[in-house]
Amino acid sequence: MSFITGVGLTSYGKHEGSSSLDLMSEAAAMAIADAGLQRADVDGVLCGYNTVAPHIMLATVFAEHFGIRPSYAHAVQVGGATGLAMTMLAHHLVDAGVARHVLVVSGENRLTGQSRDASIQALAQVGHPDYEVPLGPTIPAYYGLVASRYMHEYGVTQEDLAEFAVLMRTHACCHPGAQFHEPITVADVMASKPVAMPLKLLDCCPVSDGGAAFVVSRERTGETGILVRGCAQAHTHQHVTAAPRLSELGAEISIAKAKAASGAAISDVRYAAVYDSFTITLAMLLEDLGLAKRGEAAARVRSGHFGRDGKMPLNTHGGLLSYGHCGVGGAMAHLVETHLQMTGRAGDRQVLDASLALLHGDGGVLSSHVSMFLERVR
Amino acid sequence: MSEKVADWTTGTQAIVYQHCVACGSRQYFRRRFCAACGAPDLVQECASGAGTVYATSLVCRAATPETRAHVPYNIVLVDTSEGFRMMAHGDNDLAIGDKVTARFTQFAGRLVPYFERVK
Repeated sequence: MSFITGVGLTSYGKHEGSSSLDLMSEAAAMAIADAGLQRADVDGVLCGYNTVAPHIMLATVFAEHFGIRPSYAHAVQVGGATGLAMTMLAHHLVDAGVARHVLVVSGENRLTGQSRDASIQALAQVGHPDYEVPLGPTIPAYYGLVASRYMHEYGVTQEDLAEFAVLMRTHACCHPGAQFHEPITVADVMASKPVAMPLKLLDCCPVSDGGAAFVVSRERTGETGILVRGCAQAHTHQHVTAAPRLSELGAEISIAKAKAASGAAISDVRYAAVYDSFTITLAMLLEDLGLAKRGEAAARVRSGHFGRDGKMPLNTHGGLLSYGHCGVGGAMAHLVETHLQMTGRAGDRQVLDASLALLHGDGGVLSSHVSMFLERVR
Repeated sequence: MSEKVADWTTGTQAIVYQHCVACGSRQYFRRRFCAACGAPDLVQECASGAGTVYATSLVCRAATPETRAHVPYNIVLVDTSEGFRMMAHGDNDLAIGDKVTARFTQFAGRLVPYFERVK
């Protein structure tokens, strides 16, 4: 068994003067305190890769900086799926007795530490170096390709996709730490600058500074336990050129395996935390996971289904689209918010019942997937 | 494994793919073996350039000065008549399902394949 015993999250946006290590340390200290632990209690460290300050031994760079001497430490890189992949690994590490308290941490000063062009260019390198990158695609273009096909096959429109940007912004407006607090409309999304059609600026997550961390422990450290009930991965390809057909993507494989590993069903889920690098990502994943029927996710947004007071509250902090995206920490914020919801600490954003949550992360171009069920136990 | 046949990735006007003698699979990303069955016996062949548009994305925001000079440019995935999928450039108004044929063009100092609609 394993439990998420503490969480920490900085605000996302500009942190002028903060380095990646500063942001990681800030989040880590919050998570350890939240777990009711001392930093010396941490005997395992997993950290996400870093694009601003890459290092071949980032976990030990962090451990030395933070002042701990773990018995297990290394970095992990699975693109946007890294946060949940680290959580899955931490779960297995504590379950196997390799460590008692694993600190999962990431943070980057991606917004102020490098130019936006540098960020876009660094990320575009997930493309094939010989057969894709010379064509000048960007990450939005890779997802734009997928979006065009998905819209073609399932009759989804640009206005449908815009609903997801509006929903995430509505949620972000209730979180003081979010990067964006100005409400937007579908018309605003439609009128925003074209980036890689059919994706426009407001269909895309921003670049942010920020840090996130949590502690995964063998035993609960508080009265309420947030149990990792089961998780699974699927990896079908790396490059969009080599992606399988839409009906064979990895989210459907990983959720089926996670359901089997946890014994949970979609009908048991009360809160959803789903990767949303672009509006199309969120629309597709919701439908792949079975949280909406094919082509119907946008209608569920319009009906309030995914709102704070709806039947399936989703990314109530605002997601990558509006809370912000600082690399690996971006999707870790989804888990932090889930933990706050499950422990009744989400303040104005608190949902009625978050007793069982489904989390899903995606890396590359729908290449790598991690699905995870968390359950509150008393 | 024979020598690499020159193609657009090395500046020659050709689209080359590999054909597995053992299992019949076709692959576009060059390897020393067949990714489907692992066999080392691959034949390199030149594609006809005929295909069908699978997906498109018109890039309006580029990340480098070299590519920015070309915006907007259309990134397309094309299912070739030989049975493999490839990424290329194409006419800005291409739609999914359009029958296309390849030519070559210069982009950011490189030769790249470019698909246009079959009239």
